Formats: sequence, structure tokens, C-alpha cells
Amino acid sequence: MLRFFHQLGSPKHFYRIAGRWIPWLAAACAALMLIGLYQGMVVAPPDYQQGDSYRIMFIHVPSAWMSLFIYIVMAVAGAIGLIWHMKLAEVIAISSAPIGASFTFLALVTGSIWGKPMWGAWWVWDARLTSELILLFLYLGVMALYSAVEDKRTAARATAILAIVGVVNIPIIHYSVEWWNTLHQGPTVTKFGAPSIDLRMLIPLLVMAVAFKLFYATVVLMRARVEVLQRERNAQWVRELVDIS
Amino acid sequence: MNTPSLSRAFALLLWRDLLLAYRRRTEMINPLLFFVLVTTLFPLGIGADPALLRQVAPGIIWVAALLAAMLSLDSVFRSDFEDGSLEQFLISAQPLSILVLAKVVAHWLITGLPLLIVAPLLGLLLDLPAASISTLLVTLALGTPVLSMIGAIGVALTVGLHRGGVILSLLVLPLYIPVLIFAANAVESAGAGLPIVAHLSLLTALLVLSTSLSPLATAAALKISLS
Repeated sequence: MLRFFHQLGSPKHFYRIAGRWIPWLAAACAALMLIGLYQGMVVAPPDYQQGDSYRIMFIHVPSAWMSLFIYIVMAVAGAIGLIWHMKLAEVIAISSAPIGASFTFLALVTGSIWGKPMWGAWWVWDARLTSELILLFLYLGVMALYSAVEDKRTAARATAILAIVGVVNIPIIHYSVEWWNTLHQGPTVTKFGAPSIDLRMLIPLLVMAVAFKLFYATVVLMRARVEVLQRERNAQWVRELVDIS
Repeated sequence: MNTPSLSRAFALLLWRDLLLAYRRRTEMINPLLFFVLVTTLFPLGIGADPALLRQVAPGIIWVAALLAAMLSLDSVFRSDFEDGSLEQFLISAQPLSILVLAKVVAHWLITGLPLLIVAPLLGLLLDLPAASISTLLVTLALGTPVLSMIGAIGVALTVGLHRGGVILSLLVLPLYIPVLIFAANAVESAGAGLPIVAHLSLLTALLVLSTSLSPLATAAALKISLS
């Protein structure tokens, strides 16, 4: 077990192991997404107030969850990279940023499409929409800093600091914005006691959430493989790899 | 060579930075002028109706203060980076975070404190009532040090870059949002005669949090930027 983690830390073995995992993760993601979409779009009953338009929730809510989840992964991976000088953690942190930004963007777009029939406007300065927008800015800042620094190892460590500062600030920003203004419907899944959502809606939602997580895992491994190849382009094993194929 | 005590090192560095700023007085004036100019642009843009101005004044003054604070940030480490003193701080026997704290405090005294002197004037220009103006001063006194503290992290991350300015604003402005919300809300509530203790407590909490944590992050960022 320990040996496995040790191997995972070396770029060469990571490249091999990740290559083996990606097809399985992708297949599981596709299967779950099909099940979740079918359950969500066809099986789940229409909402008594919102009719069928609530079904965008099955995309909107998981992407909003992912947007926060990936930022935390990025900060944790960045911290591991800073503390133990693990190259691979830096690679994971950096590869996560664009994916997280895309999920944040997706959550914003689906949110505003959902908002149009519900609130009567594409954009309202609602607390959770606004903090999602600020989260997007935080992601863009991380990506801008990474691309601005020439030396990629320095860049990765600088962005790790920024991500950690961001993680400390996210709750502060979230609650300050929440306090500032709120229109959004309250959270319906995490309420204590019985969730105020029909089980037939909850199950596809959770299936979609797992599918989105698997999607992230697949894409982050693909991106990390490319990043590893770029960083190690002068290493012996990369040259051999290129020669063969 | 014997090293000075921690508090003495702090005081020496603070004094040095204040002296340097005093020798280059015009540089101190520029962020202030910017603050005043941005604020005067708003009545020209949205119309000079006193009722409207009174309503938007807290937001305008605070946004202008935010931008002025951000523009002046570049000077925190710039000259020390260019003449190599920053590397001397890094290898000195004193903890870098304390030296960073001294520099940020000096920077706030030079660029943040003058905002407090001009702000009442701007409040009068925008027809704020007296109660709001005194609250505005309190929020500026509590809020602008937070801006300097958070900003220092961003500057430390971008100090070695050629075009750091634009990236700096992208890094720092989202982190300024809580200060803006609490401070502008406090001024607004004071104008409406509502209690503002909660706002001020939260601003103070932000100040304590940023003063204790941001020098550590700034020091770590400087070590990376200069490696």
C-alpha cells in the first residue's frame, strides 16, 4: 500500500497508472451520467410550482458543488506541494484550475437560464449567484498568475499560496455576500432532518453529482498527464516514450 | 555583529520607510488625487441630484478608496525589490513576517491614513449627513489597513513580474469584497439611523484576522517570488 503511494509520487509511474485508470473512470462517468440524465429528465416528476423547468437543477446543482469542491482540492493539493515539495501535487493543483473555472462558469450559465423563467431576469444580484461569480474571478486570478510567471515550478508554488489565501477567504466572502442580499431558494438537500426534496428527484441529483466527480477525476488525470510530460520533457523516460510511439 | 531585538528591527524598518516616503512627498499625493478625482467623476456621470448622491455616496467613496488602495500597492515592495533590499530582508536574522508587517504598516500610514483626511471633504461634496461622515471615517480607519494587509499578499506574488499591475488587480479585488460590503453597509445604515455595531465588529474582526495571518502569507509569497 505504502509502496503504491510512493510510486504514485514519481511522475513516470503516475503517467503509467493514470493512463490505465482513465478509461475506467471515463466509462463509469458516462454510465452514471446516462442513468442520472434519464432519471432526471424522464423518471423524476415535475415540480408542483416550477413545472419541468426545474430539471436544469440536475446540471446546475452538481456543477455548483463541483466549483467549490475543486477549489478546495486545488488548495489542499497546493498546500501538499508547498509543504512536502511533491511535484505531483503541484501538477494536480494546476490541472484542476481550468476545470474548476469551467464548472463555475457552467453553474453561472445554468443558474441564469434557470433564473429567467423563475425570477424574470437573466441576472439578479442574489447572494449565491454573486459569490459564485466571485469564485470565478478567484479561479481566473489563479490561472492568470500561473500563466504570468515564467518558471513553472515557481508559478505552481505562487498559485498554491494564492489558492490557500482564497480558501481562507471563500467563507468570509460567501457569508458577507449572503448577508448583503439573498433571494436564492434555500438549500433543500443539506437541511437537517428530512430533506425537503422528493426522493425521486434526490436520487438522480446524487447520481449526477457522482458522475460529475468522476468526470473531474477523468479530466484532471488527463490534464495532469500532459502537464507531467511537458515538465519532464528532458527526462529519459519521456524520450523513450516518444521514440516508441 | 549583534542583531537588534525584534521590536527594534520593526521600529527601524518602519522609520526608514516613513523617512523614504517623506523624501518623496509627491508620490504620496498621487493616490489621494486619484481618490478625489474618481469620486468627482460620479456626480458628472450620474447627475447631481443631491438625494441620489446621498444614496450612492457610501458605495462611491468606498469603491474609490478600494481602487486608490490597490493602485498604491505597487510601491510596497517595488523599490526594495529593484535595489536588492528585499533579498537582504530575506536573509536577515529577523523573521520575515515581522519585517513585512513593518513595511505594510508604513505603507498604510503613507497611503491609507491620508484617505481619512480627505474623506470627510468628499462626504460633504456628495451631501452625506454628519452621522454618516463620522461612520465613514471609522470604517475607513478599520477597513483600509485590511486592504493594505490583503494587498501585500498580492504584491508579494507579483513583485517579480513585468506586467504585474493588471494581474494584481485580478488577484486582490475579489478579496476586497467583504470589506466593501461591511463598510459601505455601515455608512448606509448610519445614514438611515440604524445601529452599526455589528458592521464595525465584523470589520474589526477582519482587521485582526488579516493582521495576524497576512504577514505570514506575504512572507511565504516573497520567498517564492525571489527564489
